[in-house]
Amino acid sequence: MPLKIGVPREIFSGEKRVATVPEVVEKLIKLGFTVAVESGAGDLANFSDEVYRAAGAEIIQGTAKLWADSDIVFKVRGPTTDEVGLMHEGQTLVSFIWPAQNPDLMKQLAAKKVTVLAIDSLPRMLSRAQKMDALTSQAGVAGYRAVIEAANAFGRFFNGQITAAGKVPPAKIFIAGAGVAGLAAIGTAAGLGAIVRANDTRAEVADQVVSLGGEFVKVDYEEEGSGGGGYAKVMSEGFQQAQREMYAKQAREVDIIITTALIPGKPAPRLITAEMVKSMKPGSVIVDMAAEQGGNCELTEPGQVVVKHGVTIVGYTDLVSRLAKQSSTLYASNLFRLSEELCKTKDGIINVNMEDDAIRGLTIIKNGEVTWPPPAPKLPAAPAAAKPAAAPAAAKGKGHGHGQASAPASATRTTVMFGIAALAFWFIGANAPAAFLSHFTVFILACFVGYMVVWNVTPALHTPLMSVTNAISSIIAIGALVQIAPPGEVRLDDWIRGLAVVGIVLTSINMFGGFAVTQRMLAMFRK
Amino acid sequence: MSATLATISYIGATILFILSLGGLSHPESSRRGNLYGMIGMAIAVLATVFGPHVTLSGIGWIVGAMAVGAAIGMYAARTVQMTQMPELVALMHSLVGLAACLVGFANYIDPAASANLSHAEKVIHEIEIYVGILIGAVTFSGSVIAFGKLSGKIGGKPLTLPGRHWMNLTGLLVVIYFGGVFINTQTVADGMTPLIVMTVIALLFGIHMVMAIGGADMPVVVSMLNSYSGWAAAATGFMLNNDLLIVTGALVGSSGAILSYIMCKAMNRGFVSVIAGGFGSEGAMPAAKTDGTEPVGEVTPISATETGELLREAKNVIIVPGYGMAVAQAQHTVYEITKHLREKGVNVRFGIHPVAGRMPGHMNVLLAEAKVPYDIVMEMDELNEDFPTTDVAMVIGANDIVNPGAQDDPSSPIAGMPVLEVWKAKTSIVMKRSMASGYAGVDNPLFYKENNRMLFGDAKKMLDEVLVALKS
Repeated sequence: MPLKIGVPREIFSGEKRVATVPEVVEKLIKLGFTVAVESGAGDLANFSDEVYRAAGAEIIQGTAKLWADSDIVFKVRGPTTDEVGLMHEGQTLVSFIWPAQNPDLMKQLAAKKVTVLAIDSLPRMLSRAQKMDALTSQAGVAGYRAVIEAANAFGRFFNGQITAAGKVPPAKIFIAGAGVAGLAAIGTAAGLGAIVRANDTRAEVADQVVSLGGEFVKVDYEEEGSGGGGYAKVMSEGFQQAQREMYAKQAREVDIIITTALIPGKPAPRLITAEMVKSMKPGSVIVDMAAEQGGNCELTEPGQVVVKHGVTIVGYTDLVSRLAKQSSTLYASNLFRLSEELCKTKDGIINVNMEDDAIRGLTIIKNGEVTWPPPAPKLPAAPAAAKPAAAPAAAKGKGHGHGQASAPASATRTTVMFGIAALAFWFIGANAPAAFLSHFTVFILACFVGYMVVWNVTPALHTPLMSVTNAISSIIAIGALVQIAPPGEVRLDDWIRGLAVVGIVLTSINMFGGFAVTQRMLAMFRK
Repeated sequence: MSATLATISYIGATILFILSLGGLSHPESSRRGNLYGMIGMAIAVLATVFGPHVTLSGIGWIVGAMAVGAAIGMYAARTVQMTQMPELVALMHSLVGLAACLVGFANYIDPAASANLSHAEKVIHEIEIYVGILIGAVTFSGSVIAFGKLSGKIGGKPLTLPGRHWMNLTGLLVVIYFGGVFINTQTVADGMTPLIVMTVIALLFGIHMVMAIGGADMPVVVSMLNSYSGWAAAATGFMLNNDLLIVTGALVGSSGAILSYIMCKAMNRGFVSVIAGGFGSEGAMPAAKTDGTEPVGEVTPISATETGELLREAKNVIIVPGYGMAVAQAQHTVYEITKHLREKGVNVRFGIHPVAGRMPGHMNVLLAEAKVPYDIVMEMDELNEDFPTTDVAMVIGANDIVNPGAQDDPSSPIAGMPVLEVWKAKTSIVMKRSMASGYAGVDNPLFYKENNRMLFGDAKKMLDEVLVALKS
């Protein structure tokens, strides 16, 4: 008997999203599930009941009936006490829960003997889990919308323009925090033509900022701010001081500030003080994406747009809902990917496999038993251990290619090599006849000349180098030439002559062929 | 021509050869460099033919032999495909090796060559003959096998006989022993036996040495044989008391040695371990498989049409070619795509790994053949930092040289090998016939990366379709 997925209408005030969209309904049905949607659930995200019905969903009137009928419930916001009351034993709930912040809700859910998968508890470090990562998809939407809100409240163009009447300077935007939302904001703002600067306590995101067209602003203080799990940690006092100075400087310079700094389970850090707001140019805009957690700016009023000291401070807590169709579609896709993982057999039956790292992390209550927090994931330890080993290897790799880049050999090694060379030379000098020595001198010098010359050859021409040296090495023909008919007594040794003739044939193949093919190759290199 | 004039001509030829190699420092000056080489060679040959060591009676033989050789050589040079360059070069090395052997034998049986020599000089002379033939024989048989492997006539898999290091060592000891015997013989007939025994061992050693080396290590082998052919010439020079041969041999020898060094460095492998052969067959493989570092995730395929769309929307594109491009003869289509994108203002560049292909610089030659301008063909070090700002990195028929495992996974058999960091690009596209692993036999975590797409199929066919998609 395939399970029924129920999607209730979100009742949280201001929440416009819906946990599934028609196009995902079709996919869920292909996985073997049946899907029921509460009447009006998608209205605020512009999905009508008819569209859901056309996609194959059953439309159910009445919240209570939907909860009673469903085996699995997909939701966006965590359930209220009333909604928990509608749940029945054995039911599965997939939704945002934030178990750390909502201990009461956890108790209520556990008492109901249900299974709960908290999409916010997904182990984000697993690359396999990224397709289910709703935090990321929703933060991306919020980051985009934050820029749009800023543009809306800002009185000028974002991009610089040269008009017939004169020059318009581009807007300068500072983005505090380069997490998913911050990066989305950077990309959007840069796309609109603004000059974008960004900062993050995690130094490793600098590359990502630059890749999206932003400029990474460093805090003049040495401290690494990665707190694991892709979040930042609380920084030391010295760092915070330096950071405040940097923010104050940015506040004076830029037109728009978008703050995205969040620390999990804690109130949002206060980055922008009232002083800084005062120092901003009139008409500037601050979009505080952390408003719901208290705000990164002292003057933020959650849910409101206020004007203080001539600066518009946008404190919307529903940025995601303001793009409800997009965020619902992305969230629904995340849940669909999760359903795929839960239902690998494609028969509409889910298997909450606690051996699977991703599923284990998501599952916070299983049949009434609290399974949160999960055991520490094994994964983050591995990359951390691998790092020191990889770094010297990478550094070593840089030395390749040209002689000057390779590190000088150690002193002992050099001494030993010189010792061996001296011994060898002494041995040769003591034993070899004078005639040999003069040739030997030439030989050694030639080796050094060859060494110097060949290091200058550009790597692109290594193949021509090989073919030309190959052609040159047919100089061995001289050895054969001098044997064919030496002066002095007339020799009748056909053996020698025969060998010499064959030698000449072989070397001339090389000589002519080698030079000709080199010429042919070199002629092809062009600008 | 007097003896002094001949010597001066030799000095001129030496200088021209050095200039010839020096000219290769830049594509602009390289053509003139090659010309210097030809002039140097002409001077050397003419000075010898008209010099004191050759009488007029030999001219006929010389002209005849050279005409035959020249005809064959020119024919080969004209008809060879650029993708077959490694084979041709290997084959030519074998000729030098064989010629060194023949000259050595001829010199040994020539009574005039060792007349008027003191005892010490005679010993040195015989050592020179012995060493010259030894190197020549190893070069010859090794190059023939390398040719066979490169042209696919012999399988690319390394042949690892049990106890092969001991076999080589035994061979070396036998060669040294017969060397001692050879020096102490009095007549040519007596010396012939140890000489021939040594030659046979050297030939077998050359065969065995190259047979034990896997396909991906071929660039090292080809440049090493290049080096050997130089040393063979130098040894012949000692034997004949000819400084020109010594200098030229030393130039070629050190050139090949440096190339081998660069190639080994580019694979982060010791020269000895490459020569000892059998890559990926000793211990490394099972270790990599068992410690749970197998890449996880899914491979995302992509169609040629989608590839075309990605390229069309990109601003910065880096193409990383490998041996697969040579096999599929896809370089011309690659150029067509490059040309099309460049006309649209896309910044297209090529990233060449030092060991891409089967000989040093192989990819550069192929791209040059397809008329790709050399100033957009970059070395790995020149553009490896640019991948984060690259929209699309397209990997054509390469595998190990773009394996992130070399950096991330210390237990990987190719750990520490410098690689092109294509995974840092926004999207990387890998063109490959199947999911089979590369020559090193190492699984490539790149294929499972989220921003990587796989375009399966024959490189030429797929690129043709990409081109059609681009133009539409």
